[in-house]
Amino acid sequence: MLSVREAWNASRRAPLLSTLGVITIAFSLFAFGLFALVAVNIRHALRGVEERVEVRAFVSDGTSADAIATAMADIAAFPEVARVDYVSQEGALERARKDMGEFSDVFEEAVLPASLDIHLKAGLRDPGRVKAVADRVRSYQFVDDIRYGEEWVEKLYQLRAVAAGTGLGLGLAFAAVSIIIIGATIRVSVLARAREISIMRLVGATDGFIRAPFLIDGFVKGIVGGLLALLLTWIAYRTVDERFLDLVFFDPRFIVIGILAGALIGVLGSLTSVWSHLRRV
Amino acid sequence: MIRLHDVAKEYTQSRVALSHVTFQVKRGEFVFLIGPSGSGKTTILKLLYMEEKPTHGDVWVSGVHANTARRKEISQLRRKLGIVFQDFRLLEDRTAEQNVAFALEVTGAPKAAISQRVNRVLTQVGLASKATQMPRQLSGGEQQRVAIARALVNDPYFLLADEPTGNLDERATRGVFQLLREINAAGTSVIMATHDLEIVRKADDARTIELNHGRVVFDSMDTPAPETRYTPLIGQPALGGPNEGNWPAPPGNTK
Repeated sequence: MLSVREAWNASRRAPLLSTLGVITIAFSLFAFGLFALVAVNIRHALRGVEERVEVRAFVSDGTSADAIATAMADIAAFPEVARVDYVSQEGALERARKDMGEFSDVFEEAVLPASLDIHLKAGLRDPGRVKAVADRVRSYQFVDDIRYGEEWVEKLYQLRAVAAGTGLGLGLAFAAVSIIIIGATIRVSVLARAREISIMRLVGATDGFIRAPFLIDGFVKGIVGGLLALLLTWIAYRTVDERFLDLVFFDPRFIVIGILAGALIGVLGSLTSVWSHLRRV
Repeated sequence: MIRLHDVAKEYTQSRVALSHVTFQVKRGEFVFLIGPSGSGKTTILKLLYMEEKPTHGDVWVSGVHANTARRKEISQLRRKLGIVFQDFRLLEDRTAEQNVAFALEVTGAPKAAISQRVNRVLTQVGLASKATQMPRQLSGGEQQRVAIARALVNDPYFLLADEPTGNLDERATRGVFQLLREINAAGTSVIMATHDLEIVRKADDARTIELNHGRVVFDSMDTPAPETRYTPLIGQPALGGPNEGNWPAPPGNTK
């Protein structure tokens, strides 16, 4: 309770410094938030593309319906497989016409082969697994050819790995910079209170007692900065979403984690500056 | 009980603050630390409240060994030491009573007990009527009384005072010194560093330890007979010169 009061008094005595601290946290987290927004949207877009990863096995003309039905049941039982669809020659033609739009009349009837379209389960669509499924399906005698966009699947996965890696790397860099900046602003308030801290030490205050108000201060500034950053990020999101691109925003869980990250950054920043100060007095 | 045994403090190799310092202080004693500026008085007090650690030798204060004490033990010890400085070290943005209460708040004392004890010590130092004044509204002597009240509020075993009258006029000096004597009479040991020899002469029942160049050059405890009693006048012993009579050779030179 006393620590809360001390933290409040300290902030009130240095309103400019406190505001500056909050704004710094807000901007660091805003930069982080903007990046995270880009990452979230790349991931969202990739997920849409990924849905379309499928193995298509072309079936020879004249294969009996029985043979196809048996094969479909077999394939559906593979652990990686979510669903198997049979697309007849007519179905293939119709789909091609739909995909080609205005050029739909270039297709004559029954030029396209029938196929089995095999959809894989989410999370099991990496290049290795896709290839394994394709190879197993190829072993059916009635399968003429098989397509699964080898290169395309591999590229997709590389892109995702790069996006995730860059996201993590930049995210950590932003967090580190935020901790340093917040550490510096709290360091200024530690120095502003150096005399008070030295008197506290003389009358027998423990390090924990001296540290507590600064930690509360950092925590509150982190939360407020986090909320401010959320508001700024949301404004940025709305602006782009309305004028340029359809975007997705963070889900609530991510928002809570983001604000808690702000609090953590505030606490870590103040901890480092108070620690380094206390070690010297 | 305070015990220093063969203590040396070196800040750098060329800057030796103390060497071969050995003495003890029992509960209830009143001890003056005298000597010229830079003789090591402040360093001894810093060793006692453990702001500094000895470079050599041992320092014990109320059972806490300075050489090995952890930060937490030092905090606990300081609650049982009252410390008073020449420059008062009050928090300028708090009233007199808030300054005194501060020393209790950091120990986690219950709120009800705090106001009661703050009132008691402010009355004891004669400032009950100025409890709500800010330090800048008080005279120097009054500010030092607030600092003494803050030092007393935890019922310390020892009161350490570093030139407590150094910034005060003669009248305030007398008042503050009288207060320290009363505190001592009530059972608290007082160790006071000063170069105001006028005060030292008046308190002829107090023990006097004189330092010079970081060494103890005189301790009145070692000179019991009244007629050979040293009258402190820095660098000018009343009886004989440094090589005669009661003037002990600096410990390091006897070997």
